[in-house]
Amino acid sequence: MKRAEIETIAHLARLELRESEIAAYQSSLTSILEFVGELNRADTAGVTPMAHPLPGLSQMLRSDEVTERDQRDRYQLNAPRAEAGLYLVPKVIE
Amino acid sequence: MSAISQKTLAELAAGLRAKEFSSVELARAALERIEAAQPRLNALISVTREVALAQAAAADREIAAGRGNALTGIPLLHKDLFCTEGVRTTCGSRMLDEFIAPYDATVVSRLRSAGMVMLGKTNMDEFAMGSSNETSYYGPVRNPWDPQLVPGGSSGGSAAAVAARLAPAATATDTGGSIRQPAALCGVTGIKPTYGRVSRYGLIAFASSLDQGGIICVSAQDAALVLRAMAGFDPRDSTSVNRPVPDYLAGLERSVSGLRVGLLKEFFDKGLDAENERLVRAALEVLKGLGVTLKEVSLPSISLSVPAYYVVAPAEASSNLARYDGVRYGYRCKDPQDLTDLYRRTRGEGFGAEVKRRIMTGTYVLSAGYYDAYYLKAQKVRQLIASDFERAFGEVDVIMGPTTPTPAFELGAKTADPITMYLNDIYTIGANLAGLPAVSIPCGFVGKLPVGLQIIGPHFAEERLLNAAHAFQRETDWHRRVPPGYA
Repeated sequence: MKRAEIETIAHLARLELRESEIAAYQSSLTSILEFVGELNRADTAGVTPMAHPLPGLSQMLRSDEVTERDQRDRYQLNAPRAEAGLYLVPKVIE
Repeated sequence: MSAISQKTLAELAAGLRAKEFSSVELARAALERIEAAQPRLNALISVTREVALAQAAAADREIAAGRGNALTGIPLLHKDLFCTEGVRTTCGSRMLDEFIAPYDATVVSRLRSAGMVMLGKTNMDEFAMGSSNETSYYGPVRNPWDPQLVPGGSSGGSAAAVAARLAPAATATDTGGSIRQPAALCGVTGIKPTYGRVSRYGLIAFASSLDQGGIICVSAQDAALVLRAMAGFDPRDSTSVNRPVPDYLAGLERSVSGLRVGLLKEFFDKGLDAENERLVRAALEVLKGLGVTLKEVSLPSISLSVPAYYVVAPAEASSNLARYDGVRYGYRCKDPQDLTDLYRRTRGEGFGAEVKRRIMTGTYVLSAGYYDAYYLKAQKVRQLIASDFERAFGEVDVIMGPTTPTPAFELGAKTADPITMYLNDIYTIGANLAGLPAVSIPCGFVGKLPVGLQIIGPHFAEERLLNAAHAFQRETDWHRRVPPGYA
């Protein structure tokens, strides 16, 4: 994997990598991708991709009735910064 | 009091009912053992002393009033991946170091309603990614059989704690082998149920099509007792299967005569340590003595299970871990300059190296231009593996073999190259890809290190697995062995 590819992936994943880490990730991702490249050995012509291990299950539905109650204040106890029910983040719109 | 720690869950239940001891006494004794063992094993991240004593007192009141069931008053540990209301839930990560879960996982609330007493949260590989419990933000867990060695992972804390008899049972999760592999390396019994059998509501997600909650304890009988309370449909988990839960205890004593056991040609290969193989084959002879028949079966695609897993699992992880952005909960970097800086540094600092490696692998295989070649291909291979298993279960009732290629290895021995670590799950991963139930039980020792026998069944065959495991445990006593210093 080239350095530029690692930087692109890190950007997509919103992960800041330190300069010292980049070479290590290049090396380990290269070997992981080489390892999983084994999959190309398999003849999968006509095989349906399996997204879910139990065949025949479909998305469960329920009636459109309110069953939960507002617990926002409780959930916001874990927020790094919250005020008046809002989560505070650095300015988004310039 | 030391004899109490050596009792199985079933024996403790009988003792509580017979008023030989109280739940509070059990909790106190367990908390003492936990405190004594912690510097050596580092098996726990949080100890919930006050909660435990309160729950134990409540259990004693239930028992005194003639109410309660087999699990009332029994001490329990939860892997720190299960949300426990009001109690820190870290997933072994700096990202959730200060996270107090605002709700209970369904598994947690079911076991609490059954009267079990929560002693604490066990250490684990960060976000359940690992096979040695070396990636935890809270430091590695050590194997009670030899503290220079790993306990396995990701449920290393749960397995080590049960092996050291700190508690008779510990919940755990298994995505690629994380219940069975540490159970094998620690000499205890661990079951991963069928996908959809146990609710994932409140289980911090790693790979949603693979994750399953289960239990680690000292015997199949104990596993049956806990699993029957854990399992069952949950409307809060959209992948939960609406199918009645059998009484796993009821079928336990059935004879295994006539059980058709498949031995996977591909699992008895050159990667399997000769001593591990010898013990597994000896265990199969014991079962033959009970009337099972052995037959070689082949799963031609199984050799692709580790590569398929290391595309699918990281892909799903990259999606599931996108929620950790420093906004609503969890770690946030200091003085973020803008939103991008907030995300990048929060995630760069909050996650450990293995987690970042998997997020990046997953991001890559899902990205434009690579999705078909990797992710879609892996999903097709997954179907091949599932079909192989289905075909095999047309010929045999269960598949048995080794749980791991070797016994426990040294801390640091496999951390240099990710692939070396990934190959520890070579025998366990197939069951996750196909959603099949599987159990690991102790079947002997290589020197002083335990070895596990794995039993895999078709979907929803937990009863059959536990029955076979129990039959073996009636004839042998490997599961009663305790590491030196913990007896």
